Amino acid sequence: MVNTKVNLSGIILDNPVIPASGTFGFGYEFAELYDINCLGTFSFKGTTKDPRFGNPCPRIAECDSGMINAVGLQNPGVEKVIENELPKLKACFNKPVMANVSGFSVEDYAYTVEKLDSQEQIGWFEVNVSCPNVHGGGMSFGTSPEAAAEVTAACRKVTDKPLYIKLSPNVTNIVDIAKACEAAGADGISMINTMLGMRIDLKTKKPVIANKMGGFSGPAIKPVALRMVYQVYEAVKVPIIGMGGISTAEDVIEMMLAGATAVQVGAANLVDPFASKTIIENLPKVMEKYNIDDLSQIIGGAH
Amino acid sequence: MTQGFYKILSNIQLTRTVYKMVLGGDTGAITASGQFVNIKLDGKFLRRPISICDYDETTITLVYKVVGVGTEQMSKMTEGQELDVLVGLGNGYSLDKCGDKPLLIGGGVGVPPLYNLCKKLINEGKKVTVVLGFNTKEEIFLEDDFKKLGAEVLVATADGSYGVKGFVTDAMKDVDYTYFFTCGPMPMFKAIEAVASTSGQYSFEERMGCGFGACMGCSCKTKYGNKRICKDGPVLEREEIIW
Repeated sequence: MVNTKVNLSGIILDNPVIPASGTFGFGYEFAELYDINCLGTFSFKGTTKDPRFGNPCPRIAECDSGMINAVGLQNPGVEKVIENELPKLKACFNKPVMANVSGFSVEDYAYTVEKLDSQEQIGWFEVNVSCPNVHGGGMSFGTSPEAAAEVTAACRKVTDKPLYIKLSPNVTNIVDIAKACEAAGADGISMINTMLGMRIDLKTKKPVIANKMGGFSGPAIKPVALRMVYQVYEAVKVPIIGMGGISTAEDVIEMMLAGATAVQVGAANLVDPFASKTIIENLPKVMEKYNIDDLSQIIGGAH
Repeated sequence: MTQGFYKILSNIQLTRTVYKMVLGGDTGAITASGQFVNIKLDGKFLRRPISICDYDETTITLVYKVVGVGTEQMSKMTEGQELDVLVGLGNGYSLDKCGDKPLLIGGGVGVPPLYNLCKKLINEGKKVTVVLGFNTKEEIFLEDDFKKLGAEVLVATADGSYGVKGFVTDAMKDVDYTYFFTCGPMPMFKAIEAVASTSGQYSFEERMGCGFGACMGCSCKTKYGNKRICKDGPVLEREEIIW
């Protein structure tokens, strides 16, 4: 029997597989398809202080081995998330969930984290300083070490729960930003968010996406994600949640070898609603194939 | 919604750009006319959402237009090949409020989902009028199929090469109807909205990510709140639409 359990900041996950924020809603859509308690956990839809509709459509463009999205943090706002979404989630998921939080000011982030902190279902915070699809916030906090540290410190003050900062790959040096978050009190680093990209329609000769640009995700970005996780693993002591193009159990192992303690699955969930479940089911046999008895022993194994 | 593998039973060309594909497999997840399927194609990252034209216990008929690389790939597939398909997506049309004389209005590639709806309405004993709009005679498809169901069919062509010259709104001028159902391009919707005299339902199209409500890639604002075209739609009631 192989051991797929990992310890993510003091909470044991049955396996390291975590559907990524924005690809799994608040879980209950997927719970209609399968028992989502098979997941390590999942990161729920990015939540902000106020309700947001997000960007105009089209918000989606297909790419070779990936997709671009410019949803723009559509969510009902933290009050409605607590009132409506979390009770529905509780009915179908009995494990601690990861709360993904975004904001447009340092105060916004802290406000939303503080509101959610009292919810016992929440095991971890994943603070998104890397959304490429909103103006005047999101990614702008994740592109400078100082701003990322400021958000981290403000959130740190209002929660004792494990605090992960989700970083953008759209930076010159992601290592400096990860180190700044660690120094400001982050319990871990979550990486990478989508890469800024675009598509142009040859018929209209205009960008496909109404927002012109959006976040590129999917298997095409996996090598970039692996490289960045590998680099950050060498620079910080806190655990890393790795993501970027993860679609198979092999990908999970590769990301863990780069340095990830847990691994998120994003775009794959949108193509195959059973993707995360299938990855979890395949993990033991892929571990056996590569002579891995205990998944937690391979974290950072490539170094 | 269910995911399954479906065998292509036939894939034939109807017009220069429109094809009809019949898939064999479990159709138990389909609950209403106007729902759609989402098809995985080799080498393409996202699935292709295609409206269901007709279905029975073991087959699904899709009538689709080649509009890009995905549908072009579909058009070249042959009998016996298998497709990974998500089935029974979207809300579909609701038949509850349509009265005795429903009017079905289809424009171009918006025509197919009205076929199964027409079949159901006629089975319920309704007097159905179908108005179909195309650019030109060569692009007309499904006209005879609707006639065979027993509907009164009126065709409009923009260039006047067949039927009424003009748009669907020209063809529906003298039709006596109690309710309408429509699917087609946005300019047609706006023209219908300007002249329709009853309540009705519009089926919308949008670029989708997942097709099953997870990604928020196809959201729109309505008078009843934000809706996902893929999950809460594609059919919206006239009263809720913000134009």
